[in-house]
Amino acid sequence: MTSRMPAQHLSETVDPQSSDSVDPDAGILVARDLTVHYGSFPAIKDVSMAVQPNQITALIGPSGCGKSTMLRCFNRMNDLIESAAVTGRLTYHGVDLYSPEVDPVQVRRHIGMVFQKPNPFPKSIYANIAFGAKIAGIKTGLDQLVEESLTKAALWEEVKDKLHESANALSGGQQQRLCIARAIATSPDVVLMDEPASALDPIATLRIEELMTELKREYTIIVVTHNMQQAARVSDRTAFFNVSVSDDGHRTGRLVEFDDTTTIFTNPREKSTEDYITGRFG
Amino acid sequence: MTTRTVPTTPDLVRAALAGRRFNLVDSLLAGALLLSLLSSLLVLITLLADTVRTALPVFADRGMDFVTSSLSADPAKAGVLQGILGSLALTGFVLMIGFPLGVSAAIYLEEYATDNGFTRFITANVRNLAGVPSVVYGILGLALFVNLLGGLTNGRTVVSGGLTLTVLVLPIMIITTSEALRAVPGTVREASFGVGATKWETIRHHVLPIALPTILTGTVLTVARAFGESAPLLLAGALVTNFFQPSADASVVQLITDERYTALPLVVFNWARQPQEEFVQLTAAAVVVLLVLLLSVNATTILLRDRFEMKALR
Repeated sequence: MTSRMPAQHLSETVDPQSSDSVDPDAGILVARDLTVHYGSFPAIKDVSMAVQPNQITALIGPSGCGKSTMLRCFNRMNDLIESAAVTGRLTYHGVDLYSPEVDPVQVRRHIGMVFQKPNPFPKSIYANIAFGAKIAGIKTGLDQLVEESLTKAALWEEVKDKLHESANALSGGQQQRLCIARAIATSPDVVLMDEPASALDPIATLRIEELMTELKREYTIIVVTHNMQQAARVSDRTAFFNVSVSDDGHRTGRLVEFDDTTTIFTNPREKSTEDYITGRFG
Repeated sequence: MTTRTVPTTPDLVRAALAGRRFNLVDSLLAGALLLSLLSSLLVLITLLADTVRTALPVFADRGMDFVTSSLSADPAKAGVLQGILGSLALTGFVLMIGFPLGVSAAIYLEEYATDNGFTRFITANVRNLAGVPSVVYGILGLALFVNLLGGLTNGRTVVSGGLTLTVLVLPIMIITTSEALRAVPGTVREASFGVGATKWETIRHHVLPIALPTILTGTVLTVARAFGESAPLLLAGALVTNFFQPSADASVVQLITDERYTALPLVVFNWARQPQEEFVQLTAAAVVVLLVLLLSVNATTILLRDRFEMKALR
């Protein structure tokens, strides 16, 4: 929470997205002038930001601002969309994630993901957790891995007696914690979360938030959220994205401001950030 | 706008809520719909009842002997054994070649192929092929499998017939499998990719198990179609005769590759045009055997599907 190199640089420069403002070695994941095109239209343009290890970084902004697109760059999920093209630079521990010798499948084993809607496999709880390890070639100690992952995801006590029952029988909140357990079972470094609590009730949401705070000791977390209170409650740093609509109706997202969460919520530098967090638009 | 009157006292409310009026149009419509359902059902039941009634003497007199006897010009001795064996062998070809080939083609189209003009062209053509009359496939079978590839299939053998039926059902197989794959939610694929699975691991462990029950349902329909086909087999070399007896010492492989064959629908076809009175009953009996076999094949596939459904949950 005190590593503030990029933030300092950012707030001193006039153009927050200028590539010079980000030190390439200043984070675990560093984006420089990252642009994603869907077809010939940019969905996000010239995003530069650095994510710090063992922190929760929140991406907030109005619908269509590209925060989910940005999140999906980090583990190359955008590769699954045929028309998506990523330009610019995105490094993970200094290694370009989009260089030709990088295998997106391997990237996703290091950078896991939790999705907006809980999406357990229609299999047993056990099989859900063990799948990632199995395809990674791990054959022994699966029982222990399942227990560990479920314990870390604060779900073990609730499901330890029904590990071999279908995951679909769990409640929405339990399913989402199962998905978190599934994501950390592959021992990732970073966990990406795409609005992980938006489909859950307030109590289940609270449990997910507590869990995130718990997990950041071991993992780096990047979370997209629509819920500004959530960003304020759990995140260490917040990136505010905004959308501009071109004359022909195409929406392009840009990173407006990226700073410590307290700064973003108490003393934002940009007028549009303030407008958004105070609920004047979005 | 009319003034709104709100009933307030219990009596008024009761009066306002009462009065289940007889809705004439609704009742008439329901009756008409029921009638159309019954008429189709009635035709089926009449057909079945008539067939079974005609066939009953044959089964009463000869029992299983009719099923296990060979074709013959003598109505007292004629049986449907070759027809049953031929039909089962043909079904075997469809299942063993058509099923894997069709499923593989659909997996490629849905999961691997990029959505471009070429794949759209292929998909459109597969859909068109599914609507081609089956006799056209018979001509193809005759030209391709009997004549051109006669060296491999040994001409008018069950291999040619099986391959012809396989080609016939392939488009249907591809279409039903494609639809089953498309119905698998994208969230499952995302979840699998998200934990670092490759495309094939995702398909193998998640997409196929979820799609399998639907694929197998499509297979049931496909097999039923192949089982009942007669026109393409007429062209692709199946025999329509009362005299054909495989050599007694022929091995299974020889039976398939060297011998002439026939199928149950063709036995029915052949017997139906025999002049002797007795063949009317025999024809009906053969139809009953055809239906029983068809239902057994379907039941097996459905059982298989249910087993996979249970397994997919685990």
